[in-house]
Amino acid sequence: MKEKLVCIGNGMAGIRTIEEILKLDPEYYDITVFGSESYGNYNRILLSPVLSGEKIIEDIILNDKQWYQDNNITLHTGHTVVSIDRYKRQIHTNKGITVNYDRLLLATGSNPFIIPVPGHTLPEVISFRNIQDVHTMLDISHQGKNAVVIGGGLLGLEAANGLMQQGMQVTVVHLLDTLMEQQLDKVAAVLLQTSLEERGLKFMMEAETASILGEDHVTGVSFKDGTEIPADLVVMAVGIRPNIDLAQEAGLYCEKGIVVSDTLQTYDPRIYAVGECVQHRNKLYGLVAPLFEQAKVCANHLANLGYARYEGSVTSTKLKVTGIDLFSAGDFHGGQDADELIFQDPSQGIYKKVVVEDNRIKGTVLYGDTVDGAWYFQLMRDEVDISNQRNKLLFGQAHLGDSGHAEAQRVTLMSDDTEICGCNGVCKGDIVNAIIKENLFTLDEVRSHTKASSSCGSCTALVEQLLAFTLGSDYSDSPKKKPLCGCTEYTHADVQRVIKEQHLTSIKSVMHFMNWNKPDGCHVCRPALNYYLICKWPEEFQDDPQSRFINERIHANIQKDGTYSIVPRIWGGVTSPKELHTIASIAEKFAIPTIKFTGGQRLDLLGIKKHDLPAVWKDLSDAGLVSGHAYGKALRTVKTCVGSEWCRFGTQNSTEMGIKLEKLAWGSWTPHKFKLAVSGCPRNCSEATIKDFGVIAVESGWELHIGGNGGIKVRVTDLLCKVTTQEEVLEYCGAFIQLYREDAHYLERTAPWVERVGLPYIQEMMVEDADNRKRLNERFLVSQKYAQIDPWKERAEGVAKHEFTSLHGEAQ
Amino acid sequence: MNIGKLNDIPVLGSRVVQTERGEIAIFRTSDDAIFAIANNCPHKEGPLADGIIHGHKVTCPLHNWQINLENGEAIAPDQGCAESFKIEVDTDGNLLLNI
Ligand code: SRM
Ligand SMILES: Cc1cc2nc3c(=O)[nH]c(=O)nc-3n(C[C@H](O)[C@H](O)[C@H](O)COP(=O)(O)OP(=O)(O)OC[C@H]3O[C@@H](n4cnc5c(N)ncnc54)[C@H](O)[C@@H]3O)c2cc1C
Ligand code: SF4
Ligand code: FES
Repeated sequence: MKEKLVCIGNGMAGIRTIEEILKLDPEYYDITVFGSESYGNYNRILLSPVLSGEKIIEDIILNDKQWYQDNNITLHTGHTVVSIDRYKRQIHTNKGITVNYDRLLLATGSNPFIIPVPGHTLPEVISFRNIQDVHTMLDISHQGKNAVVIGGGLLGLEAANGLMQQGMQVTVVHLLDTLMEQQLDKVAAVLLQTSLEERGLKFMMEAETASILGEDHVTGVSFKDGTEIPADLVVMAVGIRPNIDLAQEAGLYCEKGIVVSDTLQTYDPRIYAVGECVQHRNKLYGLVAPLFEQAKVCANHLANLGYARYEGSVTSTKLKVTGIDLFSAGDFHGGQDADELIFQDPSQGIYKKVVVEDNRIKGTVLYGDTVDGAWYFQLMRDEVDISNQRNKLLFGQAHLGDSGHAEAQRVTLMSDDTEICGCNGVCKGDIVNAIIKENLFTLDEVRSHTKASSSCGSCTALVEQLLAFTLGSDYSDSPKKKPLCGCTEYTHADVQRVIKEQHLTSIKSVMHFMNWNKPDGCHVCRPALNYYLICKWPEEFQDDPQSRFINERIHANIQKDGTYSIVPRIWGGVTSPKELHTIASIAEKFAIPTIKFTGGQRLDLLGIKKHDLPAVWKDLSDAGLVSGHAYGKALRTVKTCVGSEWCRFGTQNSTEMGIKLEKLAWGSWTPHKFKLAVSGCPRNCSEATIKDFGVIAVESGWELHIGGNGGIKVRVTDLLCKVTTQEEVLEYCGAFIQLYREDAHYLERTAPWVERVGLPYIQEMMVEDADNRKRLNERFLVSQKYAQIDPWKERAEGVAKHEFTSLHGEAQ
Repeated sequence: MNIGKLNDIPVLGSRVVQTERGEIAIFRTSDDAIFAIANNCPHKEGPLADGIIHGHKVTCPLHNWQINLENGEAIAPDQGCAESFKIEVDTDGNLLLNI
């Protein structure tokens, strides 16, 4: 017999937990759900747009009754559970049903707080919590004229805006002198108030309600100072209280909420709790994103996997009032040691504040221009060292160079047919519709449903903004701990650490030890694991070709028509008549359709048939040409300029330096591709300042620059240090590559890596600490012994022959 | 027709065979199951044989669609289907493709 799981509360957190359990083990439980409301499960946060008339109820249903049937879930709507008998493991409802459980899930949400002033029981005094409340408001708005909303927080303002859209005269009453004091500082609050006033809302600040007037129906509201205003409807939005009565009566330990552990278990091991009713590490959450994280962890334990942990969440909020851009996250007041970076442009109605402490973002408030909200939030959650972007931070990510989308400022003002994702041709309207119709909450979900942001990723910030705007918050999953892929709960850093600590030397053993949920992983984790192992154990690890992307598996670049292109290495960009002859005659011999100079000072032979590759490589290798690794997460090009040998400005022999560096570094596998350049003087003709490692010659020696790239988001290098001799350049380069190889996550290029760990860390590891630099360089040289084998020559001689030949069919 | 031996294909690997019905990709999964599917991705004809194989799925090398090896169907939310063919391994390890 299956175990019995009973879920009390048919709301967002409870049902999300059930969904997560079904994903993990659909057969484990016999599930019964009780909900006081008479609806299926719906998206509560979209009640605001329903009230304002931008959406209808059908749009916001998350799971209809059919879904419960399809998943064999017994649903009792309109049933309130009135008691739990923990001894007999039973629950009882107000309609006299009794059900037994093996596990119980409490997801009772919270109750809106109603101020018990005289008149609070009149029929037109309501809260803003469920579909019923919205129906009541809509009904009254069609008859009455005046509405009073008590409470100038997020919910109150969304209610007020909705009622105004329905044609009512709305007054917002607030006890304090600033609106949304939980989310905004004074300046932003004043901007918000002014712009809401311009739209027609009235405000009574610092006003305390004394009573609600009227005999059978509401007629007005009176205040402590004696003023009275007319009202046909009063909405109380003054806060919520976790709904813990049921748990308390059952003797479960509660404080402000039902107290749970990091596994979302209550003090009774058979009973779990998630959502707004829960208190975790002394915190209560009233936003969906953290509740979904809780749901995921809780499901992991209910499905008996038992390894996930919930460690609390950092949250962000937006106000879902069309036309108002407002974003708030973290601690935006700032403590004693915090600095406030502020940008203000009053005539444009723009205000941005970022609170920084110890070079990390602690919180932010944005008003009028929230384009960078998601970015700041990400930097904040990842605790990124922002010291070298500090003076540019407030101008936003676009200012740091985000090609293609810099102009596309305010997503909310874009028309539905504006193209957001250039790679896959996805428009704003497609994305917004998918978010609503398919109930998407995370970036990954949008990616898989619409393909937006799933290719080059340069539109990610825009998609995040659309998500945030459509749903009113940021829904990224478990932000602090982003798993490597769907096959595991562990992060890149966890995997790197465990490989080292446990001395794991094969992909299989990593997957086994770390409990991978799919036997062979997927196309995302296998290449990553293969890389980590090769980097950590160069002497021991056997490369796994089946875990390599096709380009790296067969050492050529796949093209759109299934042919391949190859780029021979041209050391430092210097070639010879012999090499050029060889390339020309090979192109003729194999009828190669296109030869092109690449952006990296080399020649690309495009359109080669797969089965011709070994023969082409034989001819190249006979002439001494080797693979240029244009296909790999590996050392790519080393660009040089002519330097002091020819150029009238050249200060050092940059060409020779480049060739030496390329001889040092070719063949190495890196987390992402790695490019070098050497310029002979600061005129910098080889563009060394947008390379992963760039060298610029000056009269007195060599400047070493790190962490640059061209590409999707241009980043200019940071100056690492200055050295005097060629030998030093080589040692620093080897050490830098090795530090990057060991430290960065797979597919993290040096630019984002340097931003994540911070330049000071790198300087500490390899400039200040000479011994460590030597050790890093030595480890690099060891791994190069195994890496510097020309893969083309090997294949020309017959290695991996099966990759290049068909099976021979013969008729039976 | 007999197209070769099981061991001509590496585990988690694939080979192609040229037939009068076009190029067919033969896949060998980690549980030693064998599948035969037209070597054209339903998206933009990418060579599926060059993809990474995991479970009974292959990820197309061009734009990462995932294709179910059992029936050639793209995994949702992508939609499309590559033609699939019957293939068996006899007791001597011969691959017998039925087209
Ligand atoms: C061939 C070449 C274009 C050309 O005709 O010039 C090229 C071709 C491709 N580039 Fe590039 N890039 C080429 C120089 C560049 C340069 C210029 C440079 O190296 O000086 C850049 C900007 C500089 C940089 O990398 O910082 C460049 C930035 C990119 C990016 C963006 C990287 C980023 O960090 O944002 C990608 C996408 C990626 O790697 O994920 C990319 C990816 C690609 C891929 C591999 C796309 C793909 O996955 O299939 C293209 C392979 C085509 C092929 O099959 O040959 N290519 N690519 C150039 C080869 C240079 C070489 O000799 O090896
Ligand atoms: C108008 C509005 C706008 C919001 N906007 C946002 C936003 O923009 N962003 C954001 O992140 N969050 C927003 N929120 C908050 C978000 O909706 C809640 O945090 C979330 O719904 C809480 O989920 P939950 O499952 O804990 O509670 P709920 O969704 O409230 O579910 C609890 C359910 O349990 C039922 N129940 C309670 N007790 C019993 C019982 N004894 N027996 C049976 N059933 C019971 C209740 O009737 C209720 O249906 C908004 C909320 C509202 C009301
Ligand atoms: S070569 Fe580079 S820029 Fe050109 S289409 Fe391909 S990826 Fe884009
Ligand atoms: S061709 Fe296969 S995913 Fe595009």
